[in-house]
Amino acid sequence: MSALTIRNLTKTYANGVEALKGIDLEVKQGDFFALLGPNGAGKSTTIGVISSLVNKTGGEVSIFGHSLDAERSLAKKKIGVVPQEFNFNQFEKVFDIVVTQAGFYGIPAPLARERAEKYLRQLGLWEKRDMQSRTLSGGMKRRLMIARALVHEPDLLILDEPTAGVDIELRRSMWDFLTRINQEGKTIILTTHYLEEAESLCRNIAIIDHGTIVENTSMRALLEKLQVETFILDLARPVESAPVLDGFEVLLKDSQTLEVAVPKTQSLNTLFVALADQQFEVMSMRNKANRLEELFVRLVEKNLAGEVSA
Amino acid sequence: MSPREQWVAFLTIVTKEIRRFTRIWPQTLLPPAITMTLYFVIFGNLIGSRVGEMGGFDYMQYIVPGLIMMSVIQNSYGNVVSSFFSTKFQHSIEEMLVSPMPSWIILGGFVVGGMVRGMLVGLIVSMLSLFFTHLSLQHVMVTVVVVVLTAALFSIGGFINAILAKKFDDISIVPTFVLTPLTYLGGVFYSIDMLPEFWRTVSLANPIVYMVNAFRYGVLGVSDVNVYASLATIAGFVAVFFVIALWMLRRGTGIRH
Repeated sequence: MSALTIRNLTKTYANGVEALKGIDLEVKQGDFFALLGPNGAGKSTTIGVISSLVNKTGGEVSIFGHSLDAERSLAKKKIGVVPQEFNFNQFEKVFDIVVTQAGFYGIPAPLARERAEKYLRQLGLWEKRDMQSRTLSGGMKRRLMIARALVHEPDLLILDEPTAGVDIELRRSMWDFLTRINQEGKTIILTTHYLEEAESLCRNIAIIDHGTIVENTSMRALLEKLQVETFILDLARPVESAPVLDGFEVLLKDSQTLEVAVPKTQSLNTLFVALADQQFEVMSMRNKANRLEELFVRLVEKNLAGEVSA
Repeated sequence: MSPREQWVAFLTIVTKEIRRFTRIWPQTLLPPAITMTLYFVIFGNLIGSRVGEMGGFDYMQYIVPGLIMMSVIQNSYGNVVSSFFSTKFQHSIEEMLVSPMPSWIILGGFVVGGMVRGMLVGLIVSMLSLFFTHLSLQHVMVTVVVVVLTAALFSIGGFINAILAKKFDDISIVPTFVLTPLTYLGGVFYSIDMLPEFWRTVSLANPIVYMVNAFRYGVLGVSDVNVYASLATIAGFVAVFFVIALWMLRRGTGIRH
């Protein structure tokens, strides 16, 4: 069953900006889905339409088969939204924010308090329950918005840049939490600028750019499209020039660092044998960029080049 | 949403609104109590003793119903306009917009929250007035109905103002330049029968004249205008304003892109 179905969605703002140019998207139940795109691509507008914060110009959106137009109430009960910007009352207490949100969904107060405790505990905020939300750190505020989005126990959770500005330790604990609730059956749609995050969490992906979907496939299929991977090699001893290696493009970044572009057709073994033949001893290696990031940049650049030439 | 869920959602907004204005009581409940006490002391006792009678009552008794009504009007309006605008400003309105609550429940919750504050302040001012004069209700039902309708009308007015407001300045324009003059010229401190014919006729175009006089009729049993026509007019305005506010909310005026 589809958790989210979008058909020919369009949005033109009052100032004439065409944010969405007829996008189609389908997210299966239980999926962990990444919606990626550069700033201003249309990600937040898409999420805004799904969560009823932006009026669409045309098209259809259904949540678990319930049309957002015809069965608005049923559709909305199925969605939990964690927006990009903090959007809670800064003067309310943490516990009250979550309980009040449950009330907006018609959940009676005793059950609302029970659920608020459950999710605040799960997200490590229970000790902060009586604090005014404005006194929380940035990471805590993000977790508060996740607890708030879960309190009515939606089947589809949409997170718009949930780890923006969050330190790495907290980010990883949020990844663990999201992975766990996804394994428990919740469908998750995530937008992020941390492509490592999308690569490690998500099974399927759509890339949106200039209001159109430029790629919509599984993460595995997308990564297979990567034709060249770039590695950084740290050498044991300083060298004066980059080696010439047949089939590889090599740059000397500094006296002890090489940048090597490895085509998909070549193996790393071949690279290391060729380097060893020329007396280059490699101490460590790493990807220059995350694999998804390399692909993302190429796809977006290609799309831009297409627009320019058109 | 089922009717039961809608009721829970409605009560959630009302409770949230009451919690808000009681939490900041030094800004919401205390100032009108102090202001009105000053009115009672200065206009009622000090100046009023020299004014003599008005409408068959001593001046203090005559102005008390108007001052109570003035408190109800200002506080109903002020509560909703500031609460809804700050909800918009902090984007916490989105918490409600993403939920399955129908628009009329959002509107109804804010309006009832504003009415509760308006009527609570009205009650506080009424209690304070008892230190200065004697009050006895002549027509209880009329008193209750006019207070409820007036509080509802100005709460809805505050809601519409907040929807249209784009910055904090916009929420003080109407109270300063419209509500205050209309209230002062609405027969709070004088009977409009004292005015020359032209200005009396002009005053009849001021809706607050009808509210103040209907309330004065409920408390003292005297009015410059037809009370039941006043009540019907206020009820009509409540219905029209409610429909306009609901239309704006559904359309997403000022709150949705």
